[in-house]
Amino acid sequence: MFLFFLFTFVIEPPKNVKAFDNPNDGGNKILITWEISPSDSILDGYEILRRSEKEECFYKIGFVGQGRNSFLDEKTEDKINYYYQVASVKDTIKVLSAISNPAQSYPQWFHRGKLIILLTFFVFGFLILYFIKRARKIELFIRRIAGLSAVEEAVGRATEMGKPVLFVPGLTGMSDVATIAALNILSEVAKKIAQYDVKLIVPNNDPIVYTVAREIVKEAYTSVGRPDAFNPDSVFYLTDSQFAYAAGVDGIMVREKPATNFFCGYFYAESLILAETGAQTGAIQIAATDSITQLPFFIVACDYTLIGEELYAASAYLSKEPILLGSLKGQDYGKLLIIIALILLSVSSLIFNFIIK
Amino acid sequence: MKVRFPLILCLLMGIIGMVAYYIPHRIVQNFDNELRNTALRIIFAFSLVLGVGSIIRHHWEKIKRKREFWEYSYVTLISLFLTAFIGLFGGIDGKGLIKMQIGKFSFDIHTIYVNMAIPLGATMFSLLAYFMASAAYRAFRARNFEAILLLIAAFIVMLASVPPVARLIPKLPYISEWILDVPNTAAKRGMLFGITLGVLSTSLKILLGIERGWLGGK
Repeated sequence: MFLFFLFTFVIEPPKNVKAFDNPNDGGNKILITWEISPSDSILDGYEILRRSEKEECFYKIGFVGQGRNSFLDEKTEDKINYYYQVASVKDTIKVLSAISNPAQSYPQWFHRGKLIILLTFFVFGFLILYFIKRARKIELFIRRIAGLSAVEEAVGRATEMGKPVLFVPGLTGMSDVATIAALNILSEVAKKIAQYDVKLIVPNNDPIVYTVAREIVKEAYTSVGRPDAFNPDSVFYLTDSQFAYAAGVDGIMVREKPATNFFCGYFYAESLILAETGAQTGAIQIAATDSITQLPFFIVACDYTLIGEELYAASAYLSKEPILLGSLKGQDYGKLLIIIALILLSVSSLIFNFIIK
Repeated sequence: MKVRFPLILCLLMGIIGMVAYYIPHRIVQNFDNELRNTALRIIFAFSLVLGVGSIIRHHWEKIKRKREFWEYSYVTLISLFLTAFIGLFGGIDGKGLIKMQIGKFSFDIHTIYVNMAIPLGATMFSLLAYFMASAAYRAFRARNFEAILLLIAAFIVMLASVPPVARLIPKLPYISEWILDVPNTAAKRGMLFGITLGVLSTSLKILLGIERGWLGGK
């Protein structure tokens, strides 16, 4: 009994309890904040109580541990006033704070935290579109990319050796931009292959990618005037299991001994299994990926590796279409902007930290 | 129309995706979730039928024309039909329409997955150890200046991970950490900038119908 009265005097409630609509969400959420109690160190935590404008009394809606000063109420009805109280809790003793201001939850029509991303998108988007438009009028210089210049040579080698070309379009689905970029490369590579009359093998890991890849190869053969040379069996679905796919592609490499292997798209741990097997069969290997963790493996095991952005530049580079090349110029200027921003911000940070402070 | 319709659809879906990223309102989010969770699943289910059709056709052709190692195609096709049969009629735990149990042994999808698919996948994964050794041998041949730099950096990082060496040279773990945190991270971030711009550029080109490689270059 004595302890009860002692704690009641010692324990102080949290102060300044405020409630407001949780920002940048779809509604039904109210954020409650408070200043932690001066007796926080001896508390078990804080109990959060709520009352709506339709109710008579407060009900417990949650509990957070000591040291915490906020709680997100995710079970509110929009456009109804809610009142909150926060209680300091120690064993069975609860000391209530004052009642908060009334708060309503409501959905937002714009995520303000993403404003900077939207602005950046418009700036870089404008740069890219500007250079695409400019590329229609003047010829733009694009630096040589060794891996892409080697595509012709690689297909030519396959023709001379009478061996097939293997194209692996990565392990992700069509929702990944890297896969779309890989299929854009496949479109250009398939055109060259159709011209040289080389056998093409495209094993797929995803059924949607398989259907798209099949159409792309078929269209590539038609566009160079050789629809009869298209073999529907050259593009096929293997499996969606990661290592079963690696085993299947390795088997194809060992049996068919392709003269050239293309690894384009996004890869995971199977990258080295594929690239090393290809290297052991003596094929020319060209890899293109934006998977940073797998890049070292491709660099080691492949003859040419397109690093990151070069994967996205490949189809423009191979097709030599002016408007596509214009987008590369836009990307380069985008990078220049980032470099300038990084230098300026680094210098200003140094000045602020070492001179002003 | 054959070309225009996919382009319009692509632009429309791209705009919906973008709008859903910036607008948290539940009307927009619910519509976006419905598209992703329902429409995409239906499309995937249809494409899976095409995928399975492709496997059957590919291996059947191989058997028919008696191409090299055609016998193994029988293994693939029998495994495919047997697994599908067990899955469809036996259920996940072997207690479906047909009881897939012999005594205490339940021959169901879960058993196949745990006792066959996982060990086979692990076997392929374990090959990485061998391939890493052969790749490292090729990478660490000091052929040029860049290869020498790579060799030195890798040598320091590897040595720093060995406890006795780290104890002998106490500064080595710090040098290793610096290599990973400063030059390594700087290079990675540089690549990420390029990749992000590449993704943005490719997305814009596809949405606006400038890049049509995915349509077969039509």
